[in-house]
Amino acid sequence: MNLDDEQIERYSRNIILKEVGGKGQERLLASRVIIIGAGGLGSPAALYLAAAGVGTIGLVDGDAVDLSNLQRQIIHFTGDVGIRKTESAKKKIELLNPDVRVNTYHDIVTSNNIREIIRDYDFVVDGTDNFPAKFLINDACVMAGKPFSHAGILRFYGQTITVLPHESACFRCLFLGPPPPGSVPSCREAGILGAVAGIFGTIQALEALKHILGTGGLLADRLLTVDALTMSFREIKVKKNPRCPVCGDTPAITSLVDYEQKACDLKL
Amino acid sequence: MQIIINGNKDTIDGAPTILELLATKNVESPDMVSVELNGVILKRSELGSVTLTENDSIEFLYFMGGGSVQ
Repeated sequence: MNLDDEQIERYSRNIILKEVGGKGQERLLASRVIIIGAGGLGSPAALYLAAAGVGTIGLVDGDAVDLSNLQRQIIHFTGDVGIRKTESAKKKIELLNPDVRVNTYHDIVTSNNIREIIRDYDFVVDGTDNFPAKFLINDACVMAGKPFSHAGILRFYGQTITVLPHESACFRCLFLGPPPPGSVPSCREAGILGAVAGIFGTIQALEALKHILGTGGLLADRLLTVDALTMSFREIKVKKNPRCPVCGDTPAITSLVDYEQKACDLKL
Repeated sequence: MQIIINGNKDTIDGAPTILELLATKNVESPDMVSVELNGVILKRSELGSVTLTENDSIEFLYFMGGGSVQ
């Protein structure tokens, strides 16, 4: 792939970085990233990945844009209320950067479809808000050997880790199984400032870009936690857990599990 | 005795179990946290039996959702 004049101009601030260069930009344009959840985390992640010139972006979301989404899900605008999030996000990405091909999946991920959905992508961004989806994404990525970025946010707090399957700690190495339904509120119930989601979606995009470029150090074996109220960043060193039920020495989980209740389905 | 909780030095009385420490530190429900003791993630069933010893380093990792109902 050769960059044309317009691309050289569009991506000039990428290309000027020695960690990117022309070759790196070509690599980004040839890369494929899938974002599961086009919400608070997925919105900034999608915009930054598209702007950087990731050539193919997959968007998975089964929901439509709601007015109450707009304070944090910055890829959706007022006029999009009622339309599919995948379509709304696709429209913005195409306006931002026509180099990007967008594949949409108007669906939720399940044990039946996730393998197929993530199969052709280089990196997965977990932008979901519920534990059944987070464990499913973790397990599917570990089993398929797909690197991914996990993030979770709650009120003014958030945490993120990048998982390199069988090399670094996975989400289940830290959290062996989902909490009982209802014990942990999701953002629909607990509230979140959009800018907090923005921090994490942006980190997730950056991890995807560094993975594609093969540069820098990924957030693997390190859980980054942020208290945005006091603006305290902390890194917790973690490691692969030999007792992990999915990537440990004797895994108890060898097929994908759909946990029953989604935290966000709890009606209050 | 001295222990380290989430990176900060702390002094605690006696030799409590992890579950007792969680209660002392006002962690509402042990269901909400995953506990790493000296670099090892504990099973939930171990929280009531493992007791703390001098200079232990403990991390409470909280479950966090957030993002999008995809």
